[in-house]
Amino acid sequence: MTKPRAPGIQASSAPVDRRRFLSIGVAGLAVACLPKISRAQAAEGYRRLLILVELKGGNDALNMVVPYADPEYYSLRPRLAIRRDDAIQLDERSGLNPVLSPLVPLWQAKDLAVVQGVGYPQPNLSHFRSIEIWETASKADEFLTEGWLARAFVAKPAPAGFAADGVVVGSSELGPLHGQGTRTIALNETEQFLRQAKLAGGAAKRGNAALNHILKVQDDIAQAASHLNSNVAFRTEFPKNAFGNAVRTAAQIAANPAGVCAIRLTLNGFDTHRNQPAVHQRLLQELGEGIAALKSALVEVDRWNSTLVMTYAEFGRRPQENNSNGTDHGTAAAHFVAGGLVRGGLYGQAPRLDRLESGNLPYAVDFRSLYATALERWWGSPSQGPLRGRYPTLDLLKV
Amino acid sequence: MRSGAQSRAVNPLSAFLVFLSFWAGSAFASPATGAIGPDAARHLLNRTGFDAPPAQVDAIAGLSRRDAVEKILAGTLKAARTPSPAWSDEPFSPRQLRALSDADRALYVRKQLERGGEQRGWWITEMLTTPSPLTERMTLFWHNHFTSSLQKVRSSALIYRQNALLRQHALGNFATLLKAASKDPAMLVYLDSAVNRRGQPNENFAREVMELFTLGEGHYAEQDIREAARAFTGWTLDADTGEFAWRPAMHDGGMKTVLGRSGEFRGEEVLDILLARPETASFVVNKLWKEFVSPDPEPAEAKRIAAAFRDSGYDIKVALRALLVSDAFYAAKNRGTLVKSPVDLVIGTMRQFNVGYSDPLPLTLTLRALGQDLFSPPNVKGWPGGEAWINSTTLLARRQFLERLFRVDEARMQAPMAEMQMRPNQQGNAGPNRERLMRAALDIRFSGGEWLRQFEGEPKSVALPDRLQQVLLPVAPASANLVDAQGVELIRRLTADPVYQLK
Repeated sequence: MTKPRAPGIQASSAPVDRRRFLSIGVAGLAVACLPKISRAQAAEGYRRLLILVELKGGNDALNMVVPYADPEYYSLRPRLAIRRDDAIQLDERSGLNPVLSPLVPLWQAKDLAVVQGVGYPQPNLSHFRSIEIWETASKADEFLTEGWLARAFVAKPAPAGFAADGVVVGSSELGPLHGQGTRTIALNETEQFLRQAKLAGGAAKRGNAALNHILKVQDDIAQAASHLNSNVAFRTEFPKNAFGNAVRTAAQIAANPAGVCAIRLTLNGFDTHRNQPAVHQRLLQELGEGIAALKSALVEVDRWNSTLVMTYAEFGRRPQENNSNGTDHGTAAAHFVAGGLVRGGLYGQAPRLDRLESGNLPYAVDFRSLYATALERWWGSPSQGPLRGRYPTLDLLKV
Repeated sequence: MRSGAQSRAVNPLSAFLVFLSFWAGSAFASPATGAIGPDAARHLLNRTGFDAPPAQVDAIAGLSRRDAVEKILAGTLKAARTPSPAWSDEPFSPRQLRALSDADRALYVRKQLERGGEQRGWWITEMLTTPSPLTERMTLFWHNHFTSSLQKVRSSALIYRQNALLRQHALGNFATLLKAASKDPAMLVYLDSAVNRRGQPNENFAREVMELFTLGEGHYAEQDIREAARAFTGWTLDADTGEFAWRPAMHDGGMKTVLGRSGEFRGEEVLDILLARPETASFVVNKLWKEFVSPDPEPAEAKRIAAAFRDSGYDIKVALRALLVSDAFYAAKNRGTLVKSPVDLVIGTMRQFNVGYSDPLPLTLTLRALGQDLFSPPNVKGWPGGEAWINSTTLLARRQFLERLFRVDEARMQAPMAEMQMRPNQQGNAGPNRERLMRAALDIRFSGGEWLRQFEGEPKSVALPDRLQQVLLPVAPASANLVDAQGVELIRRLTADPVYQLK
């Protein structure tokens, strides 16, 4: 282990509500609750921001949230396992990879929920098919073309005065925000975007589908550019890497009063088939520092309590390490949910390494339950239409 | 010459329509036999190549559709003229690669990164200078069909040789191309055939050959994939030469049932089964339609052309010829309905305006910023294309490319252009490349006065703004206001119009 070690946290300093943990974990998410949309929630609606963080390539969640008490983990991973003594203990069996120490203050403030065992039935192990399933919220045997957020914005449109429905930072794939009726902006940095936006062009005659698409993108640029600014000077120091820049851009956008409903960030490089440790440690460190910087910046502009951060990825990785000092494509994985109104703690089900199916982990939480939670509990929006089915929400928000 | 318009079942109405069109043809010059004229000639050149220089427009404007298309098809090359990179025939040894120490592997990866840049520049140079742009267009089409990427294959030499293979068969026979591409070493690595062996089948290639190369989704079952994967076992790479190798000991010789047919199949036989299915011709023709004609294939026409393609034993020229002489290709409603790919936009603009350059490196980065990093398609499905080319980032990057190119007459590209291009994915491009890039970006130059001179000798019946509009846009501009504009300002306004992004 070359990275600086974080001090282990005793159970007493970061207490886990074990009773609740068990009630969620053992009862298999029976805590599903029906939507209770209070008036206050409905009024907040899209003024609450959702930030999705894609861990592109398929994150090895077993080395992110480590089942440090499970001997099976150590026998499956003689070379790659995170040592028990190195893990930042969250409860008596799960711990964080030590490079995630920047997240410890969030955990202690109960701003961080760790949802374990997120996946779906009949998992697909292809990168592009599985990310399509996640981003379009389709069933494994169903092919949808529009992103789940795009469908949500059609079901319940964002206020017209918003700069955009969604912003994709640092990627040209719109993913969950891809869809005909959605105003989605893709940009790398707000300053650069605003500088270039004047080239977008003005009023024009409509024509065929291709031309109309270009004109719509043009209009979306103009709308976003006229509402966004990049004048906020944060005291927060953002990490000096691509993800740090993306986090800074997200904070700039979040600080704008006109606002957007959702932002998608991407941290790329998780497809660690070989020589995993150095790459994966760096990525997790960037992730931890990035989320910590995001909190710090959003607290500065008083938006942390109206922001929900969720990670996602096409899949986790195979519990058994491979012969190249790496891991192959897997299935269920842990994900982070963070924010000022998050009820911090462990959710879902710790990895059942004793119950692998064809070498892969069974899932415990359908990823669409996380989406339903964001739609119903965070935005007060309907979820059944956009998600094409009813998925139980998770009780991980203080709203 | 083989007719691409063989009619199969003829009903009375279509017979009457055929009669009508002959009658109309004799009176008004039929679309099939009369001269196509300059407008259709430009359309044909732009869609089959990268630009439509006036001299070439003149050369085919007086021909019939059939003869114009034949002239273009007859001139196609099968090999690139740009000298190949020095390393292009270097052997690839998986055995040696596996034996490298970590330090040597890092060196190898760095060397491959540099070669990747050189390789992209090589193809861009070929596209900028070739007298056979249709060959490059079709090579790119097949690169996006039989995809492989440098990231996974990790050998520029293998990817280079795959590109040569695609070019050789680009306008040849699809069955031959499918079989060659399936055994191509880069493909064996990219879709894991090299590790598909008896008892440990890897279904990657078996799945994609059905879903993406031949039948298309929905025309096979999961069981067909599992069985086919067994048939493809035994195909691998020679550990020392990197050439295709057949290893009987790794082959599963048992019975397989694929698409209803049973036998102790090998890979070649499964490919024959796929080629025997009508869905294959239909899948390829629909894809060609979307590439050349319009985003929405007309089912009856596409079916007719697919039948002719299949009957010809998969002669690619038969399909292409039929598409390029079809009424749909020339129909007014299909003009300007295709979004220019980044290659269309960048190569087309460079060629159309005779833009000078000393080094293709900045253009490789422009293509990447616009979303088409050659030899690195995003995944096995390739670039989705069409409207997906345009989002706010890529649209602004397109505008910026054009704006900087035409900012000042006789100007060289500005340093900020290079600056902008350095930003995305800057890993691997920093260091010594940076200086080279800045220098090269400054060396991209357009001479507006010189370019406009070609129109001076023309009869003055058409005013310059209208003439330039004809030359540069597929349909009327959506927003360009040409009033009071002269010279290079006309070019600026026309290329800034959204319609310039279409073809």
